[in-house]
Amino acid sequence: MAKVTELDINGSRRRVDADPDRTLLSVLRDDLDLTGTKYGCGEGQCAACTVLIDGTPTKSCITKVGAVAGKRVVTIEGLAAAGKLHPVQEAFLEADALQCGWCTPGMILGAVGLLQRTPHPTEADIVSTMNGHICRCGTYQRIVHAIQAAAAKGGRA
Amino acid sequence: MNRRDFFAVLGGGVVVMLVEDDVYAQETGGGRGGQRQQPQNLNAWLHIGETGVVTVYSGKVEVGQNARTSLTQAVAEELHAPVASIRMVLGDTDLTPYDFGTVGSQTTPQMWPVIRRAAAAARETLVDLASQKWMVERSTIQVADGKVTAGSRSAGFGELTHGEKLTRTIPATVALAPATEWKIAGISIPKVNGRDIVTGAHKYTYDMKASGMLYGKVLYPPSFGATLASLDSAAAEAMPGVKVVHDGDFVGVTAPDPFTAEKAVAALKADWKPVVAEASSKDVYPYFKKNARDAAESAGLTAYTVAYIAHVPLEPRSALAQWKDDALTVWTGSQRPFGVRSELAQHFNLAEEKVRVIVPDTGSGYGGKHNGEAAYEAARLAKAVGQSVKRNWTREEEMTWAYFRPGGLIEVGGKLNPDGTLAEWEMHNYNSGPSGLQTPYEVPRKKEQMHQSKSPLRQGSYRGLAGTANHFVRESYMDELAHSASIDPLEFRLKNARNERLRAVIQAAADKFGWKDRKKAPGRGFGISGGFEKGSYVANCAEVTVVNGAVKVIRIVEAFECGAVVNPEHLGNQVEGAVAMGIGGALFEHIDFEDNKIVTNRLSRYRVPRFTDMPVIETVLLDRKDLAPAGAGETPIMGLAPAIGNAIFDATGQRLRSLPMVPGKLPTGA
Repeated sequence: MAKVTELDINGSRRRVDADPDRTLLSVLRDDLDLTGTKYGCGEGQCAACTVLIDGTPTKSCITKVGAVAGKRVVTIEGLAAAGKLHPVQEAFLEADALQCGWCTPGMILGAVGLLQRTPHPTEADIVSTMNGHICRCGTYQRIVHAIQAAAAKGGRA
Repeated sequence: MNRRDFFAVLGGGVVVMLVEDDVYAQETGGGRGGQRQQPQNLNAWLHIGETGVVTVYSGKVEVGQNARTSLTQAVAEELHAPVASIRMVLGDTDLTPYDFGTVGSQTTPQMWPVIRRAAAAARETLVDLASQKWMVERSTIQVADGKVTAGSRSAGFGELTHGEKLTRTIPATVALAPATEWKIAGISIPKVNGRDIVTGAHKYTYDMKASGMLYGKVLYPPSFGATLASLDSAAAEAMPGVKVVHDGDFVGVTAPDPFTAEKAVAALKADWKPVVAEASSKDVYPYFKKNARDAAESAGLTAYTVAYIAHVPLEPRSALAQWKDDALTVWTGSQRPFGVRSELAQHFNLAEEKVRVIVPDTGSGYGGKHNGEAAYEAARLAKAVGQSVKRNWTREEEMTWAYFRPGGLIEVGGKLNPDGTLAEWEMHNYNSGPSGLQTPYEVPRKKEQMHQSKSPLRQGSYRGLAGTANHFVRESYMDELAHSASIDPLEFRLKNARNERLRAVIQAAADKFGWKDRKKAPGRGFGISGGFEKGSYVANCAEVTVVNGAVKVIRIVEAFECGAVVNPEHLGNQVEGAVAMGIGGALFEHIDFEDNKIVTNRLSRYRVPRFTDMPVIETVLLDRKDLAPAGAGETPIMGLAPAIGNAIFDATGQRLRSLPMVPGKLPTGA
């Protein structure tokens, strides 16, 4: 198969030279140094590697880079616009919804995707949609509160 | 400590070094011009630069527990400086004073007052400077919000320290502000580096790169203890850019990129000679007792068991190693930078001064990152290939080759007086550990023993060590005794607790929970527990439902008291996180192993708590401003399992004596 030579990342065209069967996570981290996207398990169990692909939260550790050519990829580095934090990022800070922070970029992108589809989620919506994400520090209750707060402020952005 | 001249590195200003004993300080005193010699018993040091930036050095590390923030608060409080002007340099063996490790909930009780004293001494030094420069009485000088003021004169810290090269070595006896007068300590300031985390900007070790570095992988045996019989590395060596390092049983590869490294290690053809397993997770509990020295008689005692579990820090072990001549620098996520330095110095037969270990803020530890496994592998590969090497562990490697929270067999017994007070208490812990083994209740006759044994798995520290295991057993068995005497579990605990702080948390949890008004219903139960460890007190109330054997934790109230509260928001977060983690160990986390292999070696095979497992968590933080702050990273996890187990008993009449607790399954005690 032909190599992937260009990706649409955070609104820019980025040159790459990657075998299409490599994971998107590896290309982001190792080739493009976008290390805000985290490895946690390599099997789609923890969602620390979540990015948005055409707006949909996607686990980049089980996504082949060949499958995202021509699609819009948003990583945590592309979420704050011109230095201004996204409302969900703000809400995570305000609710102190993190400890070690390893799961946080994936959590935030998962929440952004949720609010784009469901601007006013119920608590049950949040819990079921976010359940693929693991926070080993156990800040789940605060993450739910952060997403509710972002929704209340029109966090769809 | 091979630190260079502070002022050459940091520019002019004021340096304050805090030492443990004042005799030394009196002998050395202070001096102008830069003092190169380091005190041996240095605890902390800080620098106030000519720009007003305050840089503070501590050997502690940040693993998510918010040490960086709480230590910053300590500085701000005593130095009277804005939080934004303070930089904490943590966990760098070349720059920070020696520290035994970020372990045992010691940052707050041990390092926090040290940092405060250094900051208080620095403030007094600024007053001295202003007094000399302006020729005014010290008593007329005030320090507030990063400024020194005397009458109409005022100067920022930077202005005042400009052109100075002043060092002060001070004893650890400076007076500190009492908690009742705190302005910045004791309040909820936000996580100081929170923005870097929510934007993905923070570089954890796992994220680091260096120019010209290679990626390393290590070939592990297929089972513990297996030795290498033969190796065919021709296919791997034929790959472009790949080097194979083979030295005894150590086999590793390096490659220019991680996927080539992965392919190369997969291309190694190795024959291993396995060893016979001594125990599996199915028969390990009798194994503990059989292999213990001076095992006690089991007659009259009730057996409980605790499974091995994994820490699962979400950032797996990682290291970047660089050699320059015969000196080694390693970046790695560890709770013990100086411990890792010693390990590396020993492995490579180097003086400790030749090894520098730097710990970037790390993706958690929970007691699971005390050693330098990845650091050693990266350094060994880097030395062999003559280039910098990055070594990132996979989840599977982390869940196999790290160490585990010990499993244990615990036997317990007790007798009551007719009035419901404890007459006798006996508890024996086999293998899991002594922490929290001693009962905080009043008992005239008691015997509490830790019995070392053999562990078939590599085991080590875990959040609260054996405090969770011993609290599970004690507080479950206290419940058994309460029921045997038909006494309400809350009343039974208060009847047997004399310690005021223990009574206070138990009462606070019960009040918040509404213990007295709890409504029994089919399949619904309520449990309570209390405990003490590492200078802090904890009590939990739990409400659960059990439907067709499935336990759902509905609500947890935790009352916690660790002296004066340093940062209420972060303390609350720590307590809630401990509750979440405690639910995993209580209800489903367990390591299965057989034939010297870990069966539950990935997240698809090892269940950790998720959103849907979360109850409503309510915390009651008792703020004792009259007591010195104690740590809070560990004790809040200890009472979860027994509160939940007692609630399951209340709901079902089934007493579950094995962690994790699975209703319907018979306890697997010895």
